[in-house]
Amino acid sequence: MSRQDVLVSTSWANENLNTPGVVFVEVDEDTAAYDTGHIAGAVKLSWKDDLRDQVKYDFVDKEGFEKLLSAKGIGNDDTVVLYGGNNNWFAAYAYWYFKLYGHRDVKLIDGGRKKWELDGLALTTDATERPATEYVAQERDLSIRAFRDDVVNAIGNKNLVDVRSPDEFAGRLSAPAHLPQEAAQRKGHVPGAINVPWSKAANEDGTFKSDDDLSKLYSEAGFDADKETIAYCRIGERSSHTWFVLSELLGNKNVKNYDGSWLEYGSLVGVPIELGDPK
Amino acid sequence: MCGAPEQTIDLPPGTDVTNQAVIQGKILSGGLPVAGAFARLLDGTGEFTAEVVSSADGDYRFYAGPGQWTVRVLSRVGNGQSEVTTEYGVYSVDVIL
Repeated sequence: MSRQDVLVSTSWANENLNTPGVVFVEVDEDTAAYDTGHIAGAVKLSWKDDLRDQVKYDFVDKEGFEKLLSAKGIGNDDTVVLYGGNNNWFAAYAYWYFKLYGHRDVKLIDGGRKKWELDGLALTTDATERPATEYVAQERDLSIRAFRDDVVNAIGNKNLVDVRSPDEFAGRLSAPAHLPQEAAQRKGHVPGAINVPWSKAANEDGTFKSDDDLSKLYSEAGFDADKETIAYCRIGERSSHTWFVLSELLGNKNVKNYDGSWLEYGSLVGVPIELGDPK
Repeated sequence: MCGAPEQTIDLPPGTDVTNQAVIQGKILSGGLPVAGAFARLLDGTGEFTAEVVSSADGDYRFYAGPGQWTVRVLSRVGNGQSEVTTEYGVYSVDVIL
């Protein structure tokens, strides 16, 4: 994997709106954003309604994912180009999710919806209609997904990358400053975790920083490229952004996203927790 | 424009302004509100804290704490920023692009 395999520019996207085999997919934190205007031909995925199981706290299962993509008109051979608001948080989450179910060709628009808007490119409210497909998903690729026991067992021997804001890491806040404080039982971080907020990997227009800048950012924070890695945040979407950087842009091996993240870890009975700023 | 705490602005019901600093205001260009601008809240060291998109009336709002803050705005019509120092309460901070 390298940058050109997984990232496209807004101008590339704008030139390929009608390219057969390319499907644009918008995934937002604000699930109403798509309806106010979207890239022409893009389909909408709601992370709340489409990507999460509506009963248990988990993803939709393989059959559910197949049904979803079939209904949206996405085929196994399509190049899926994801973008979204809030610096691609949920688009990166969807990227990881598509990879988890084995979709071959997935890309992100660098800078997402913000860069698209800042570039003054067109949005439309026209409905997108695509003929249904018969999508076949792979079994979940658990080599990129960490569970709670993986995190506990990683303490002291793997890179644990906490990508939340410094105040969340230190235990002063339980959610980002613009969101309701949907909280775990306890605040703090996994012992030994390094704190590299997701935002440090992006420029202010939402595009990713250069590979050199990114490598430097993580190594200076104590990231050891020879070790396996687990990234986490609060609910697994900001850490998908960092998983994308570490695994897909920088090509590190054995990087997992812990989608249970602090909402789960901070509610587990008896696990170790550390408070305070990075040492 | 980064003045004394104000208590009269419509906040969501139940917002407790005794334990946080609400930083809010309008994003303006040529005296007119700018909708759909990207407002980023940076802390006293210039680090990113949060980002929201301004409303149809050019309004934005952040929930923060005591400190020194910069509201940095990016938009199609231009960029701009304003600084504010907060304790607890509501702070009105307009950003002129």
